[in-house]
Amino acid sequence: MGLIHPLAVIGRRALALLAMLGDVTLFFVGAVTHMVRPPFYGREFLLALFHIGWLSLPVVGMTAIFTGGALALQIYDGSSRFSAEAVVPQIVAIGMVRELGPVLVGLMVAARVTSSIAAEIATMRVTEQIDALTTLSTHPMKYLTVPRVLAALIVVPVLVGIGDVIGIYGGFLVATGQLGFNPASYIRNTADFLEASDIISSLIKGSAFGGIAALMGCYFGMNSGRGAQGVGQATKGSVQAAAVLILAANFLLTSLFFAT
Amino acid sequence: MISFQDVHKSFGPKAVLRGVNLDIAQGTSMVIIGGSGTGKSVALKCVLGLITPDAGTIMVDGQNATQGDHDAFLARFGMLFQGGALFDSLPVWQNVAFRLLRGSLKRPRSEAREIAIEKLRRVGLTPDVADLFPSELSGGMQKRVGLARAIAAEPGIIFFDEPTTGLDPIMSGVINDLIREIVVEMGATAMTITHDMTSVRAIADNVAMLHDGVIQWTGPVGEMDNSGDPYLTQFISGSAEGPIEAVR
Repeated sequence: MGLIHPLAVIGRRALALLAMLGDVTLFFVGAVTHMVRPPFYGREFLLALFHIGWLSLPVVGMTAIFTGGALALQIYDGSSRFSAEAVVPQIVAIGMVRELGPVLVGLMVAARVTSSIAAEIATMRVTEQIDALTTLSTHPMKYLTVPRVLAALIVVPVLVGIGDVIGIYGGFLVATGQLGFNPASYIRNTADFLEASDIISSLIKGSAFGGIAALMGCYFGMNSGRGAQGVGQATKGSVQAAAVLILAANFLLTSLFFAT
Repeated sequence: MISFQDVHKSFGPKAVLRGVNLDIAQGTSMVIIGGSGTGKSVALKCVLGLITPDAGTIMVDGQNATQGDHDAFLARFGMLFQGGALFDSLPVWQNVAFRLLRGSLKRPRSEAREIAIEKLRRVGLTPDVADLFPSELSGGMQKRVGLARAIAAEPGIIFFDEPTTGLDPIMSGVINDLIREIVVEMGATAMTITHDMTSVRAIADNVAMLHDGVIQWTGPVGEMDNSGDPYLTQFISGSAEGPIEAVR
């Protein structure tokens, strides 16, 4: 008996997780089918673009510039152990564009946007605003989910692109200001080393991570429990799920793009 | 006409509706009363398709509520929610004109705003409220805005979910009078759920008492006090003694 109880708990948790994965998949399919069927809510889409894209710029920019600077210091220190300090521009560029840019932007969007979407929609759920939408002949999936997911799919790659540039610039500032690199040769080395596939993979990752972040916010918000506790749990759950899924998706996409 | 025919609904092991049968004639005002947790809101939400009944049929003017084009079906309804359910992110006039700014009833923005202001006036609010946000309004004003939204598209059927909950007696009286006036003026069919007996007397043509998942009594509001039904009598008197358990 003592052994069966923990196994039963694990089994229940596993079944609950599988049920949730199925539910999220159905939610995603529902969102996609609503994306291609009218009516479309252009104003809500533009607002979502503004909230997810424009208002995320400061946090994305600061994250990227500090990460780029720290990366330059780490690579310089590490590579000096085998006299390879000259590779700093190339490694900062590839590290930012292929990995750190998309992942950090994805995680910052998860922290900022997923939590905000989940809390907003969950509050709408508990205050009957979502029921009100339905009674006003407006499908909540079309009005709330589709504009946010679509906006994130489009604008997060732009944020990633900007984050990549700012991150590289952070490395440039540290390398030229503190480590004695020549500015012109730093820029040339960076530009010569990066390939189109690096940039394309970065932007595709950004789109995927943006979609995950917005989808998780909408899913947990729509399925929120009652009261303040329900809103809190929806917000926490959405950020946790978005962060884990972004990291898992990053591994899968990296394997797809770069594993030989 | 709205007709409930043997409607059942359970949530897990808890059976909330256990065979509700009720007819609401066109152009009349039906008030459903009953204690907290007896399924009044569930019955209302079943009509709107917000909750799907487990069994039974709900017919609205001969059309099954769970079949057909749901958006067109809902376009005939207006609803005042218990907490107002106003959209926080939109100013008052856009809340009122929500239906007129999108979908099949879409009008030019300026015309929709004019209609919203006219409806706000109808519920006793001045045009300067139009550009405020719901969070800037008192509870009574929010109810009025909710009422203006419910009637903005001039629906044939209006639902009121606990319209006076959370309001002081004077504001409750104002809302009750407004509901009665608007329903009569529009000739709409109204269904209200409440446990406020003052509202019942002000709003109702007919009353239905929901208890234990079934309609225990239904009849004209004038017959309510002499119904002889022990459930209704206990509910009206507010006594702890009777067939309705005080602890539920």
